[in-house]
Parts: sequence; C-alpha cells; structure tokens
Amino acid sequence: MKELKIVVLAKQVPDTRNVGKDAMKADGTVNRAALPAIFNPEDLNALEQALRLKETFKGATVHILTMGPGRAAEIIREAMYRGADGGYLLSDRAFAGSDTLATSYAISRALGNLEYDIILCGRQAIDGDTAQVGPQVAEKLGLPQVTYAEEIRGIENGKITVKRRLERGVEVVECPLPTVVTVNGSAPACRPRNARLVMKYKYARASQEGAGERAELLDQHPYLRLTEWNVNDIRCEATELGLNGSPTKVKTIENVVFQAKESKALTADDAGIDELMKELIANHTIG
Amino acid sequence: MANFYTDNTDIKFHLEHPLMREIVTLKEDGFRHADAHDTAPRDFEDAMDNYDKVLEILGEICGDTLAENAEDIDTEGPRVVDGRVEYAPGTRRNHDVLTQAGLYNMSLPREYEGLNFPIVPYVMAAELVSRADAGFGNIWGLQDCAETIHEFASDEQKSRYLPRGARGETYAMDLTEPDAGSDLQAVQLKATQKDGRWLLNGVKRFITNGDAQIALVLARSEEGTQDGRGLSMFIYDRANGGMTVRRIENKLGIKGSPTCELVFKDAPAELCGDRKLGLIKYVMSLMNGARLGVGAQAVGIAEAAYREGLKYARERVQFGKPIIEFPAIYEMLANMQAKLRGARSILYETSRFVDIYKAYTHLSNERPLEREERDALKRYQKLADFYTPLLKLFASEYANEIAYDSLQIHGGSGYMKDYPIQRLVRDARITNISEGTSQLQVVAAIRGVTTGHYLKQIREVYEQAVTPPALATARQLLATMTDEYEAAVAAVTTAVPAAPTAGAAPAVTSAEYVDFHARRLVEMAGYIIIGHLLLQDASRDEARVAPADIFVKYGRAKVAAHAAFIRDSRPEDLEAYKKN
Repeated sequence: MKELKIVVLAKQVPDTRNVGKDAMKADGTVNRAALPAIFNPEDLNALEQALRLKETFKGATVHILTMGPGRAAEIIREAMYRGADGGYLLSDRAFAGSDTLATSYAISRALGNLEYDIILCGRQAIDGDTAQVGPQVAEKLGLPQVTYAEEIRGIENGKITVKRRLERGVEVVECPLPTVVTVNGSAPACRPRNARLVMKYKYARASQEGAGERAELLDQHPYLRLTEWNVNDIRCEATELGLNGSPTKVKTIENVVFQAKESKALTADDAGIDELMKELIANHTIG
Repeated sequence: MANFYTDNTDIKFHLEHPLMREIVTLKEDGFRHADAHDTAPRDFEDAMDNYDKVLEILGEICGDTLAENAEDIDTEGPRVVDGRVEYAPGTRRNHDVLTQAGLYNMSLPREYEGLNFPIVPYVMAAELVSRADAGFGNIWGLQDCAETIHEFASDEQKSRYLPRGARGETYAMDLTEPDAGSDLQAVQLKATQKDGRWLLNGVKRFITNGDAQIALVLARSEEGTQDGRGLSMFIYDRANGGMTVRRIENKLGIKGSPTCELVFKDAPAELCGDRKLGLIKYVMSLMNGARLGVGAQAVGIAEAAYREGLKYARERVQFGKPIIEFPAIYEMLANMQAKLRGARSILYETSRFVDIYKAYTHLSNERPLEREERDALKRYQKLADFYTPLLKLFASEYANEIAYDSLQIHGGSGYMKDYPIQRLVRDARITNISEGTSQLQVVAAIRGVTTGHYLKQIREVYEQAVTPPALATARQLLATMTDEYEAAVAAVTTAVPAAPTAGAAPAVTSAEYVDFHARRLVEMAGYIIIGHLLLQDASRDEARVAPADIFVKYGRAKVAAHAAFIRDSRPEDLEAYKKN
C-alpha cells in the first residue's frame, strides 16, 4: 500500500464548557475574550484516531487543516505536540462570518490543494454544535462519509473499517478510501502533549503571527514555518465565502438564565424515582 | 480539569531561583548543543521556558489523570499472577500516559533519549506526581536508577539500557533482603561467575516495583566475605529470565506500588561498574538520589494534605461559621502551610546543590576542570551530602504532621474512608521509613553537626544575606537560635562521662552520648536552616513574609525545648533510659 495521507480538520473554539456570567456580551454575541480558546474536544478525538493510524501504517502522515484567525495556528502546534507532522492555516478576512455552508466550501477548496486518503474531523464543534461541516465537506468533494465513528478498526485493500456509535448501539461499517470520517466524543481521548515535541515545535509560526523574538530559528529550521493560505491560495468563488456565502442568519439571541425555581425536589425512594421516570418518559426526555 | 503545576505558584517560584542561571548553563554546557539537537535550548530563557512548558504538561496529567485514578488504585492495588506483577488498571494507564508524554528519562542526556533536565525541575516533577498519587510516585521515581547506570555503567551498557526507560520500561532497585534492611552490609544474595557470565541466586524482599524490566541488584560477588566490601552492583534484565515474584506485601499505604519478594534462580546479570564497590560507592549514590526522591514525595503528599485540610475547614460550618475562623483551626493550618513551605524550600535548596555538583562531575568526564571548578564541585558535593538527610528527615516528618493535622481538621469525617485525607495519612507514613528511616537520616546528618558544616553555612552564607525589614525580629530570633544551637553542640560533644565509681570505666562513651542527643542537635540545625531559607524566599517575594515569620517562631520554640533538654542532661542519665 502506498503511504497513507491523513488530514484532520480541526477548529479552535471558545471553551463553552466553563461558561461564566460574562460569557455573553450585552448585545447577545459571544464574549470571546472571556472564554479561553481551545482545541475543539471532538477534533482531539479525531486527531487521536489519526495518530493511531500513523503508528500502525509505516510512512503515514497526519496534517491539520484549520480555518480561523492567526491565533488558530495554536491548534496546529497543539497537534504537532501530540505527533502530527504539520498543518495548514486557512486564514483570510473574507472567511469572516462563515456559517457551516461557507466553511465547508472554503475547507473543501483548501483540501483541493492536498493529497489525502482519509479526512478526519470531530463530530461537531462545541461553539456551534451543528455537526454539519464534516458531512458537507464530504458532499462537496464527492466522497463517502462515515459519521459518529468511535474506532477505526483497520484498513485493508483500500477499504476502511469503522465502528460507529449510534443512539441505540454500535455498528461496524466498511467504506472505500478516500473518505471523510467524523469522530464521536466517546472515542478514546487524545494522547497528551509530548515533552520532546513541545520543545521541538514551540517556536513554529504561521506568517500572520510574526516570527517573534526567535526569527532566526524559522530560517534555520524550515519545519517551524506553518503553511498559511488565504483566498488567493485556494480556487474559490468570492460569493460563496464568509457572510455572502452564508445563508444562515441569526434572528435573535436569547440570554437564558437558569434559576433555582426550575429545579424540583424528589423523595429519595423508589416511588419518587418512579414518578420522575414517568415524567421524563411523558415529556420525551428519554424513551 | 486541574493542573497541579499552574495551580501552585510556589513551584514556579522555586524554579525561578537566582541560582538556576548557573545550574542551567552548566547543565547545557554553555548551550552548545542547540545545533545538534532540535530539542536543546538556545539560551537560559529558552531552557527555562522548556521546563515551564514540560511541567505544565505534567501538571495537567497529574490533575486530570493521576489524581483521578488514585482512589481506585488505592482500593484495587497490584496482583501477582504466575510469578509476575500485574499493576492495577489505573497504574497501567498512568504509566502509559506519562510514557506517551515523554516524561521518563527526564534527567538523562539527549543521546539516551532523555530530556537533559537539571535535578531541580525533575524533583519538581516528582513532587507533582506524588501530590496526585504518592504510590505511583514510587514507580515513576525509580527512573533514578537510570542516573546510577548513567554514572557508573560502561558506555556500551548505557546505550543498551538507558533509552529503554523512555520507551515504557520501568526500573527497580533490589537492595533489601529479609536480614539486610537498614544494615545492607548483611546482603547475602549470591553472584557467581560461570562461563564468564554472572548468575544471581537468592531472595530480595520489600522491593518496590520488583517486577521491573530493568533492575539494579546488590549482590555478594566475593565468596567468603561478610561485610560491605564483598558486594557488587549488577544490572538485571528481566527478559533474560531467572527471577520470579513470590508475593507482594499488603501495605498500610502507597497501595498502588507493588512491594515484592523476589526469588533469583541462576538469573543472568551484568556487573555494573567495578567489583566490590556495590555498597560503598554505588548504593550511596543511589541512596542520595532516592532520598531526594522521598523528600519530593513527602512534599507532594504534604501539599495534597494541606489542601484537603484547607478546603474542609473553609466548607465545614459549625457553631454558625466555617471552622477555619476558629483560632484552633487557623493556627493549625498556618503552621501546616509554614512547614510545607519550609520543607519545599530545603527540598529545592538541596536539589540545587546536587545539580551543581553533578553538572561539574559530568563536565569533569569531558575535560579537566579549572581549579575554581574543582573547588565548587567539592563544596557543593559536601553541601548535597549534608543537606540530603536533613531534607529527608524534615520533609518526611512534616508530611506526617501535616497529614495528621489535616485529618484532625476533618474531625470524624476524616476517620472515615470517604475523604482523600485517610489515604494521604497512610501514604505519608512510608516517607519517614523508606530509603532510610528518620533515625538513619540523623546518623547521616550528625556529622554535619559535629564537623561544624551546618554552622558554617548558617554563619557564613545565610546570616550574610539581606532580608526584608518586616522580618528583622525573625532574623534576631534565628541569631538567638543559632547561639543556643552552638552552645548545645558544645555541651554534648565536650561532655565527659563520669565513672560510676572511682577508677571504673564510664558506663557510656562520649560517642554514645552524642548519638543520644543526635536527633535533637540535627533538628536544631534544621529549624535554623529552614528558617533562613524561608527568610531568603521572603526577600524575593513579600507574600512569603508571613509563613517565614510563623515558621521561625514555631522553630524557635522547638529549639528552645531541645536546648533546655540538653542543658539538663548528663551522660550518666543514659543508664535510666536503657532500663526498658
């Protein structure tokens, strides 16, 4: 088999898991300054699957593709600290305000610059929770897709075997390469950053970030230069990008504050639990 | 979602000690490796940034993985299956994650897949690991064995064994036997040569992580000898067979760490270094490293215990307010914090001494040292030798005191197995026993008292340092304590035992009288030294004034008590103590 080429689509997101009361601004938009920017959690699950393939298949390479502002290059470094070979930052003001359609368009065009056998990404990002970008990329590239993946069982004769985690169980499917696989949060957690790789790649920079104090290192070690693409580097139509290319419009934003009155006290006995179960089934929370 | 490095600024404070510039520059030999190794630092700032980043990775693993697994590991523990050790599942996961993160071989050179970290950040890592799980800290900390191989084995052995530690293999230090514990001269495990190969036969007991892939084994290579000069050090590779685990002990604490009884039957091994130097040279080196490790383990446990006590005291409401507002509780917590800070200060002071002398030692293998460098090597080696037992004594006893007080703050809840403090109390209890009991640390440290080394360091170094005005009283107290210490040392060392009747031999010797008061004298030196170290810390950071002041007042009372006891003591009193 020829050397396996894996691209992981990853996104830098605000950490919505630790939302404080200043998470939203008065105008209803996300206060990004108050939320730390992190590697989207399910994209880390996807990266782990990619790195396991790299360990299994000699010569396999793993590259990250991320779209975002200059600081999103941190995602590429974070992936390299864990074993990725490198990455591409897709960055341009023209991408600002993209919904899932415009995002998947830009990403699929950027993928046109690359060779790949497997495109891996997280099921969804925690800032939008749409789970649309992965499948849309597959559609735009005319590739098959395997969603909700929990484990890549193997690759044989140009086909990948994947275990999927579904609502009521699991299924194992086979799919020809190249393909898009979106990975579920129930897949194994990503490995930690590796001390040696952190020391090796900590000065890696995308050009937009500037070289910083260690400019000479970028010349000495070309692997420290992260590839950066703007609209001119990918073949695309301006009308399909950013706000122009995004049919999704935010109508209103509601600031929901959970209050104690919405809680309900149960009696700690079988009857109390029975009552709760019936109520949850009746309002379709479960069942 | 916890990071044990970033949530504890005390560690970074010690990482940024002014002496680090010299240590790092020596360790990296003037930063001349940057072009040969892409992970080598370019300068001091680059190196410090590396340590910071790597400790940050470790801190996250400690908070998110090790601490989370600690309770299950404590309950499940390891098992013996068919003569081999099976770790608890959490132990296995901890080890795998730390291997993936590249956090073994931390202090070894890069050519052996090491990180080439100085001892200071390595000891910090040990502290972090132990705060999360002290039992696992034992397994992780055995990478110390690699230091000994690095120092004394042949180049060929080094390149064969050392990289394996970075690839997931672990170490053991096989010293103790049923009849050779504190007294290692009595080791009986036999090493005999057959067809040019060494074979090991015998039993080892209480061996931490005994089923490791690579072990350093102390064995009797010289037939017919009875003392330490007949012992040599061997490297045993488990892959060669011949060793089985007979049982593992059921311990009070550090349950996740398998303590093994090993049987060697014609187990092939390789000589490490020279014959007959096993105990007198290599074990001494191994032991100093291990004692530093236990010091770090003790400080890690103390940190965890202090935090548990503080948290409980803030949350627990009695008589209408959080119990931390009662003097009995806040005094306890303040003393715990002061002892914790003090133990940590002497831990890193000792680590810095070790760093400097080790760096010069390695440098001396590459080129002849200048006269000044040779002097520095000797001076720092002596300091390391005298500070290591002092550190181990104080850190381990404080870990116990802090854990004890923390449990007390928990009241009845602390006695239940529902809170982490019960595990910390059990785990702390090993620290003043293993790698030399506190009593043995006193034996090692007393020479620092009788030769005047501690006093010299206090008078010539610490008393010359500038301290913040807010601590003028504390400084005065330390001066008084030092005078009392000096008088007590003189009283004990010059006492002439009286004969029971005229003309008869005295019932005790002068040496026995010094031994009798040794712990008191060593402790007095310790209180003064730690007090000075905390004063120095406060001169770098004002927020440290209060714990320094609290410690000195606490230590002053202890020194006064010891001084009073010694003043009232006579050599002939010992007779009464012997009647047990």
